[in-house]
Amino acid sequence: MERSARPRLPVGRIALALVIGLILFVLVLPTLIVIPISFGTAPYIEFPPSGLTLRWYAEYFSDPDWIDATLFSLRIALATSVAATVVGTLTAIALVRGSLPGKAVIHGLALSPLIVPHIIIAIALYLFFAPLRLTGNFFGFLVAHTMLAVPYVVITVTAALQRFDVTLELAALNCGASRTRAFFAIVLPNIVPGVAAGGVFAFVSSFDEATVAFFISGIEGKTITRKLFEDIDFNLTPVIAVVSTVLVAVSLLLMGGVQILRSATANKPAG
Amino acid sequence: MAVVLETAQPRRAPLARLFGSASGRQYSPALSLLLVTPLIILLVFGFFYPVGRMLFNSLFDPGFTLDNYIRIFTEPLYLRVLWRTFEVAFYVTVSALLVGYPVAYAMARLKTRWALVVAACVLIPLWTSVLVRSYAWIILLQRHGILNDLLIGLGVTSEPLRMIYTEGAVYLAMTHVLLPFMILPLFSVLKTIPDELPRAALNLGAGPVTVFVKVIVPLSLPGVFAGTLLTFILALGFYITPALVGGPQILMMATLIGQQATMLLDWPFAGALATVLLILTLLLAFAFRRVLAFSKGFQGGH
Repeated sequence: MERSARPRLPVGRIALALVIGLILFVLVLPTLIVIPISFGTAPYIEFPPSGLTLRWYAEYFSDPDWIDATLFSLRIALATSVAATVVGTLTAIALVRGSLPGKAVIHGLALSPLIVPHIIIAIALYLFFAPLRLTGNFFGFLVAHTMLAVPYVVITVTAALQRFDVTLELAALNCGASRTRAFFAIVLPNIVPGVAAGGVFAFVSSFDEATVAFFISGIEGKTITRKLFEDIDFNLTPVIAVVSTVLVAVSLLLMGGVQILRSATANKPAG
Repeated sequence: MAVVLETAQPRRAPLARLFGSASGRQYSPALSLLLVTPLIILLVFGFFYPVGRMLFNSLFDPGFTLDNYIRIFTEPLYLRVLWRTFEVAFYVTVSALLVGYPVAYAMARLKTRWALVVAACVLIPLWTSVLVRSYAWIILLQRHGILNDLLIGLGVTSEPLRMIYTEGAVYLAMTHVLLPFMILPLFSVLKTIPDELPRAALNLGAGPVTVFVKVIVPLSLPGVFAGTLLTFILALGFYITPALVGGPQILMMATLIGQQATMLLDWPFAGALATVLLILTLLLAFAFRRVLAFSKGFQGGH
């Protein structure tokens, strides 16, 4: 820390730093530990691994069940990302720039999937989808995951819109641009970072989602998280660690990428 | 579109435009409504209709009955689960606050690249699937797991300790999973406290502990409330983690709902339990909605 007022050995500070270091270690440990285990040679969970192998990765990539589940999840996440970005961006525009009665209520509704327990949505959607044969169905997942992902887009785009200087748009309108043209030529390019970040968050939230996916998956249409949930109890081979590593890698690469891009743009002098 | 055209009138007094009464700043009500229509359709099909059906299912069998709800509030087993859920959520929230506060404080006060390290350690778990983290806790805590190997290796114990499928495992894993939701709102409030305040207090002769207790803690209270509420609400409805590390005998509301639905196939009763959990969650969120507005750190961080 930056200031040490007294020359005495700062025992309290060292102790505090050690405690914080330990907490941080425990925070990241569960995320990172699956990675070395996925490369271990033993056919059971072994840490530290006695040797390194890609055998479990080969097993994962050659298992049609895992690959089907992974591709199904990727398709859902991609479609969810597009749908949630559109719905969330439109909502954010209405919330920031629109004149709506009951704005606070709509804002609350848009964000409510963040706090409503997923088990409730899971049960309710199962009861709705099962008679319609929408369990294990791409569109069933699209509805469920888009709803769960919209809040992330609303949050990032709302923030971007609040930073946007409205006078730029007013200038365009004054120069004779239509509202639509002003939006696409002036507003949208300025909020693209927020929209893109929301889209990535939506993708990751769908790809990682497990509770609702557990209930509305079917025997045919199964997400990677549903298959992982099923297999954790029965089969504690390193293949589970491989799948976990795949999930960790996808989220960390995407979310880390967004964070790096954001801090890069934030460090630029403001327009 | 007529709606759009009226906003493009260029003949307004510049002053009126500047103060935001001009329609250029605000989209018309009709257009705004159009913009939120997709969200409303999505919520109707993805939430209101399904939850309404679930509620209906729990109340009609086929005639109106409150049996499912009476069962929840009269049978000791279910009352106990309800109580346990609040108890677990409470302890998890308290431990997350105690563990998370120093981390949030460090994250807000450190100026160097260490602040980035702390932030990364908080965000990495937040970005990782809850399922993966719960699985990792199984690896760490199971009978021949990493922690037991370590303890036996260090000679702390000769027999492997029973850690997985215990209450302790649930507390530990849930606290871990929810910790970022406590840390980020705390951080967002702590970082707004100007450096000059604690420094002034130190210069005036206060000790570091006094400064912390009398300056930092009171100013960080909005973050404490926001983080506490968010963590508590999320803990109430947690499914994946207790289901995996707690095993079948440690029941919380969410795991009980899942069990009734998937194992006992008692969907009306599962629906009644889900309705009770939903009402409790919404009541809490509504009662403290002002507090939740402070949880901006979580929103910005995620």
